[in-house]
Amino acid sequence: MQAYFPLFTAIPLAMAFINLLVTKVNKKVTDFLAFLAMASLASMAVMMLFESPFSYQVGGWAPPIGILLVSDGLSSVMLVIINVIGLLSMIYSTKYMTTYTAKPKFYTLFLLMIAGMNGVVITGDMFNLYVFLEIASIASYALVGFGCEKDELEASFKYLILGGVASTAVLFGIAFLYSMTGTLNMPDLAVKIPEIGHNHAMGFVMALFIMGFGLKASSVPFHAWLPDAHPSAPAPISAMLSGVLIKALGIYAIARIMFNIFGSDTMVSSILMFLGALSMLVGVFLAVGQHDFKRMLAYHSISQMGYVMMGLGLGLNPNVPPALAALALFGGLFHMVNHAVFKSCLFLCAGAFEYRTGTKDKTEMGGLIRRMPFTSATCSIASLSISGVPPFNGFWSKLIIIVAFMKAGYTVYGILAILVAFMTMISFIRLQMNVIFGKLPEKFAKIKEVPFAMVLPLVILATLCLAIGVFYPLVDQNLIEAAKDALLDKAQYISFLGR
Amino acid sequence: MILYFLALVLFVMGLYCLVAKKNIIKKIIGIVITEYSINLFLVLVGWRKGGIAPILLKGMQKSEIVEKGVDPLPQALVLTSIVIGLGVLALMVSICLRLYEKYKTFDMSEINRLRG
Repeated sequence: MQAYFPLFTAIPLAMAFINLLVTKVNKKVTDFLAFLAMASLASMAVMMLFESPFSYQVGGWAPPIGILLVSDGLSSVMLVIINVIGLLSMIYSTKYMTTYTAKPKFYTLFLLMIAGMNGVVITGDMFNLYVFLEIASIASYALVGFGCEKDELEASFKYLILGGVASTAVLFGIAFLYSMTGTLNMPDLAVKIPEIGHNHAMGFVMALFIMGFGLKASSVPFHAWLPDAHPSAPAPISAMLSGVLIKALGIYAIARIMFNIFGSDTMVSSILMFLGALSMLVGVFLAVGQHDFKRMLAYHSISQMGYVMMGLGLGLNPNVPPALAALALFGGLFHMVNHAVFKSCLFLCAGAFEYRTGTKDKTEMGGLIRRMPFTSATCSIASLSISGVPPFNGFWSKLIIIVAFMKAGYTVYGILAILVAFMTMISFIRLQMNVIFGKLPEKFAKIKEVPFAMVLPLVILATLCLAIGVFYPLVDQNLIEAAKDALLDKAQYISFLGR
Repeated sequence: MILYFLALVLFVMGLYCLVAKKNIIKKIIGIVITEYSINLFLVLVGWRKGGIAPILLKGMQKSEIVEKGVDPLPQALVLTSIVIGLGVLALMVSICLRLYEKYKTFDMSEINRLRG
């Protein structure tokens, strides 16, 4: 597997353009080509879980000069999230995207986005990270505006402007880091930054990174684009944006840079915890009043990302006992994986309801469990999961985060987390009452269940929601432990330098 | 020093343009200005007084390059970032044209169907 590591970016990049060329001749193969690329990527990502950490030197150049690709616990977990959810969204879009024109172009952009996100999570070079971040972002700007109607274009333009500012901030930070250390290699930076120590310039760099990646992760002061962009995109893209993109470009990048490069720091820790708590509260309060199904889900994404940010923040804190910091970090990463599963399931469900009923307004729907049993059941499971009902996965991660905060003495944050979990539950119970149960409107009396290609991803994701919750000690604990250890073990990251 | 300050002034001007102007074309220009200020900053990072291009010509000593040569890496980074900037600019302008087709205006305050 090690020799094939760069294929994670090479396959989607190549297939994106092959797809565009081949479909000039034959339009029917586009589904097949995209499926081939995504299926091979997903199976490779699952195989990567069994590899021990290693690094790959691109072009054979030794690390501080050449570009380094790094595979450790965190990268492999992220690769699995990106490629498996990418595969499911792709299967879903084979039917869903028939309502739009230009399907081959959609797959091209989709694969470019996958290539960018895979690149971000495997790279060990700062500038390389920026380039892949831009590839994924540009593809996602175009995908948000894919419908080319008034709303889509406006959302896309907003997202583009704010995303452009974020990318500029990230590049500014990278330029500063390079001028101070003379290197762009991330393990090498991890060696050189402690030698320089803390000064004003380093603080400025951290601020730029928190702003830039925080905007991509849509934490609250920078969240304005998300509730517009996510609902406007086609449903499989909303699932990818909310389920994967904000994690790969935002949370992953913040975690990697703050933990492995800068190391634990009281200031950054309290900033992340504060931003996390703020996102949690603001997101959930704005979500409660929404009528638009997908818009409500988008606000909940902001709120759930707050939990992850809080977990990361406590994990960075040098003043709490290491065991508690590790527990909070574990909770945060676990919640990130869970959120990827249940939020992409919910967005795909919203898309399925929209596909049949033609509306996104949840007050117009009702009683759909009688007409669309599979979609409604999966939607219920994912809603229970996000509201933190015990056997499902969302419960465990929220519990771990809350326990870690209570034990570490941050009682206020702990209570806020409980309050937000409660509000989330209320909001999703109302959703269930509006959409799934209740009286079936006359006009929807004749609708049918969505096609098999759309039901399959929903069922798989709902099964995962339950499986991750029930088999938590058997399977996923080891994976997330590995991801957590990769973040906390700075020496291991430096050892990728190969010295 | 004054040059670094110039890069910062450009950056802030770009941000001001982005925030204060309502016309979406002007917003695009603002984004482009911020991008250029970062490119200028990157070039300045590699700059040194009396520097020469880091190319080993015939009859040159290696020590000469070590003493006088500028750092080539930031220049490579600037090239990449200019190309990325071009891609973003093309996308921005095309979305802007589509927006004009739909709304018949470039004024961002009139393009407000979505409210957060």
